[in-house]
Amino acid sequence: MQYSDTVHEHFDNPRNIGVIKSPDGECEVSNPACGDIMQLTLRIVDARITEAKFKTMGCPAAIAAGSITTELLIGRSAEEPTPLTRAEVNEALGGLSPQKKHTSVLAEDAVKAALKDYRRRQGI
Amino acid sequence: MRHVYLDHNATTPVLPDVLEAMLPFQREAFGNPSSVHQFGRRARVAVDDARDAVAEVLRAPASSVIFSSGGTEANNTIIKGVAQARRERGRHLVTSQIEHPAVLDACEALERQGYEITYVPVDERGVVDPQAVRESLTDQTILVSVMLANNEVGTLQPIADIAAAARERGVLMHTDAVQAFGKLPLSVDDLGVDFLSFSGHKVYAPKGIGGWYERSAATLQPLLHGGHQERGRRSGTENVPGIAALGKACVIAGADAAAEVERQRQLQQRLEHGIRERIDDVRIQGEEAPRLPGTTNACFGGTEGEALMMSLDLQGVAISTGSACSSGSLEPSHVLRAMRLPRPYLHGALRFSMGRSTTADDIDYVLDILPDIVAQARSA
Repeated sequence: MQYSDTVHEHFDNPRNIGVIKSPDGECEVSNPACGDIMQLTLRIVDARITEAKFKTMGCPAAIAAGSITTELLIGRSAEEPTPLTRAEVNEALGGLSPQKKHTSVLAEDAVKAALKDYRRRQGI
Repeated sequence: MRHVYLDHNATTPVLPDVLEAMLPFQREAFGNPSSVHQFGRRARVAVDDARDAVAEVLRAPASSVIFSSGGTEANNTIIKGVAQARRERGRHLVTSQIEHPAVLDACEALERQGYEITYVPVDERGVVDPQAVRESLTDQTILVSVMLANNEVGTLQPIADIAAAARERGVLMHTDAVQAFGKLPLSVDDLGVDFLSFSGHKVYAPKGIGGWYERSAATLQPLLHGGHQERGRRSGTENVPGIAALGKACVIAGADAAAEVERQRQLQQRLEHGIRERIDDVRIQGEEAPRLPGTTNACFGGTEGEALMMSLDLQGVAISTGSACSSGSLEPSHVLRAMRLPRPYLHGALRFSMGRSTTADDIDYVLDILPDIVAQARSA
């Protein structure tokens, strides 16, 4: 499996790894086909994502996707239904192979689920 | 950075003496073995000598050894060639669930042509039960194909017993011996097989050379037709440098096979003891079964093999994952699934495969760095 330099770089030095204590939105999503699990926690202040942390049990592409997702999310509005798409994750990682595209889908699913959890907590 | 290569089941380096043996046939001794002049005669002698050396390793007559481009071609030729030659007798073949793709995919190709294939299971140790093979045989069965040593977990299959079951019913027996050839002492008569496939690049010869043993020429329809090389069994001008190299590799393998088996057995124990001592929640696949001396498949619960593999690679250790995920499929290894490995371990498999150059220091280096890599993967 060949990966882009960006995937290698994020796998070697993942950003924002961990769990935010008492987050404003959180989720755990999984891909049963390959066993990948991603946990995402968000700090949201004035409807803006100010902090994002992730933990992933998965292949290097899944870890890189989690890492870049947190980088891209910070500073974005929490009010958009999809502030980050799989295409954006895929592009930011320098293009994933067809067999590894599912890791960007997992990242998008995690963002959606964490924001859904945020809205539920806000009573929106 | 230190470099440790523990992926010998994938491929091996060409040994210096093997390279020396093949070079003349890339240079001045470039003749075609079919040519009658002196250039051709020199090449012919090299091919004949190499055939003797391969036959010696297999304890077989030289005339029963056919050279091909490698193990994949050998497996395809035997499976499809027997199916073709015996299609009037029956259209049923028996193989196992843990075969190499070169066997499984060849069988699937036959299924698409209307043949019926039985894939016998293995037990949790990764071993085929000869009785299960016996019970799968029908009046329509024409070939049984079971590997001698599994490439992912190293388990050895009871080929002699399986071959006896096949013979009772007049069914031909093939074994894919690619991972055992040149590593373990072999005898085609003790195994009782009609066909056996082997490859050069797993035993320190170059890629692109291999072949098969056949007990009788009458039982197989050739895949490649042409210039009648290899007595018409496999046409195409001989890969003389590759053949010469394989012959040399067989001479080297034959010289110290027993000592090398024992040496790798000790390294394997060192690795497996060390892993168990240092890392929790790990399963060594097939450890209750007879296994290749240098192959260890370790599954670390709650981890993902490809991530472990890349972390090891960053620190100079080359291994492969036990999972097909890295080769582009989302599915975990068919071998580990056939062994009914529980789900938390299925994705966290690493295959360590040792070779002639592997030292105790190499193993100790891996044991130094692996615990942190697994711990990191579990905390991520």
